[in-house]
Amino acid sequence: MAVGNIAVTARLPLRVRVRELLDREQVLGPLFVTPALFLLVLLVAYPFCMALYFAVSNAFIGRPSHFVGLRNFVNLWQSDAFRQTFQNAFVFTGSAVALKLVLGISLAVLLNQQLWFKRAIRGAILLPWVIPTALSTLGWWWMFNSLYSVVNWTGIALGIMDPPGPNWLGQKYYAMTAVVTVNVWRGLPFFAITILAGLVSIPRELYEAAEADGAGPVARFWLITLPMLKPVLAIVVLFSTIFTFSDFNIVYVLTNGGPINSTHLFATLARQVGLETGRIGEGAAISLYLFPALMFVVWAQLSFVRRQVY
Amino acid sequence: MASMARRRLAGKIATHLALVPFLVFALFPFYHMALTSLKQDRELYDRHAVPLLIRQAPTLEHYAKLLWDTPFFTWMKNSLLVTLLSTTLSLVIGTVAAYALARLKFFAVGSFGTAIFVTYLVPTSLLFLPLAQVVNWLGLADSKWALVVTYPTFLVPFCTWLLMGYFRTVPKEVEECALVDGATRIQALLRIVLPIAVPGLVCAALFAFTLSWNEFIYALTFTSSSEEITASVGITSELIRGDIYFWGSLMAGAVLGSVPIVILYVFFLDYYVSGLTAGALK
Repeated sequence: MAVGNIAVTARLPLRVRVRELLDREQVLGPLFVTPALFLLVLLVAYPFCMALYFAVSNAFIGRPSHFVGLRNFVNLWQSDAFRQTFQNAFVFTGSAVALKLVLGISLAVLLNQQLWFKRAIRGAILLPWVIPTALSTLGWWWMFNSLYSVVNWTGIALGIMDPPGPNWLGQKYYAMTAVVTVNVWRGLPFFAITILAGLVSIPRELYEAAEADGAGPVARFWLITLPMLKPVLAIVVLFSTIFTFSDFNIVYVLTNGGPINSTHLFATLARQVGLETGRIGEGAAISLYLFPALMFVVWAQLSFVRRQVY
Repeated sequence: MASMARRRLAGKIATHLALVPFLVFALFPFYHMALTSLKQDRELYDRHAVPLLIRQAPTLEHYAKLLWDTPFFTWMKNSLLVTLLSTTLSLVIGTVAAYALARLKFFAVGSFGTAIFVTYLVPTSLLFLPLAQVVNWLGLADSKWALVVTYPTFLVPFCTWLLMGYFRTVPKEVEECALVDGATRIQALLRIVLPIAVPGLVCAALFAFTLSWNEFIYALTFTSSSEEITASVGITSELIRGDIYFWGSLMAGAVLGSVPIVILYVFFLDYYVSGLTAGALK
């Protein structure tokens, strides 16, 4: 029978044979993923291997490179700029993610109430997240301008600040406050809307039962809302951690790492060292510091996502 | 009963009042941006003027300056070209990959799914330095085509991941009926699965468009000449000459550079909301 089948197939015109071949999952599947795979190997996996090589070489723009072992990493740890950046990355990520989490939960709880202009309010809240970050950060740059800061003007008018008010982008701690503020501004919608989706899926019966047992709103929040939100919160925090840790746009536009490296993050320092001074090897080594954070997030996400999907 | 209704109304008003600071925080930068772009220089640089309002007649001179004295149209054209091409490309590649991952059984399908997910999380700032070298080797240095080629590296994983979720929600039976009736897999995909998954495709297209319009670090690294750069790069780098900032035109550029996204946003708000949560949670 099998032999007969093959004979029949062989006699069929090419078009029909191709058609039949394409109907086999073992053929169509690999064929369908090939374009994506090709792209990821050529433009993600290969550059990643290059990054690994660059990091252990003395690569310099337009010059052949040699293996130098861990010298780039040693050099980095000896440079004040890098040590400062390392610290900044954790301060920036830690405070921005914590703020986004607390504000995001509050905002989501508010958005989950009965509202009059529900759609318009959601639209307004989400707006900072869809507008090009580089451009909206320009707006913030102007708002933090040393001479014409509208933030300071408002603060002085309200009596909160003494004139002339802080020089936001020119002083160390204020500059960090400014970049964290913009990051929170831009990332808060993601937290609020995602957490809101989590809130909506909590069964109402739980609240009704708790209310019948005499639990007040605060107890209901701590005993029902937060525990039920845990999976969503974990995913949102993990996502946000990697994208905050690797942030580039906000710092590049707002402070470009200054004053005196006090707001540099790995990505902005990597660009400065790798492209502006041409030491690609060292730049790649700086970028690679993002990798452990990425690995941690991937590992943590996969243990969640696996449970849901696969 | 009346007091109950009154209490509920009071609660509702309190909720709205509590939302006001969040709304001001979210919207004020845009308001201030638009305001600045419409102010005359005289008022803009008057330190005694109220920065929250326009007191003197509004002006379009900053917009005129941006449109006629800078290559702004070229930058917008570049952004549009790069965005449309990379979105289309990624959508096609992502659709077939997502279909294979969601529906077909074949060798190593599971590990491919994991690989897609991992690349979905890779930040663009991790690989931009070596990618710049790859772009050089491809002969695309300082060309917008470098962006058309590299943007799919983050768009394809995103589209694949999003669409996989949508394809899984299409009932298998519908597709199997078509297969029994003699349709091929490809026909079933084109005529049955894709029409049902249209909301997912719209969502993926919108997000891919937004992500590539907003992309900054690749555009900044791979292109530099005025004829090749995108809107974000042009506005942030070319409008600043030395230490002299043209704040009016700068803000006008920020406003106009956001217009395509705002238009999409106004029409497809619900897709943005659902796509945001689907992307993170599925």
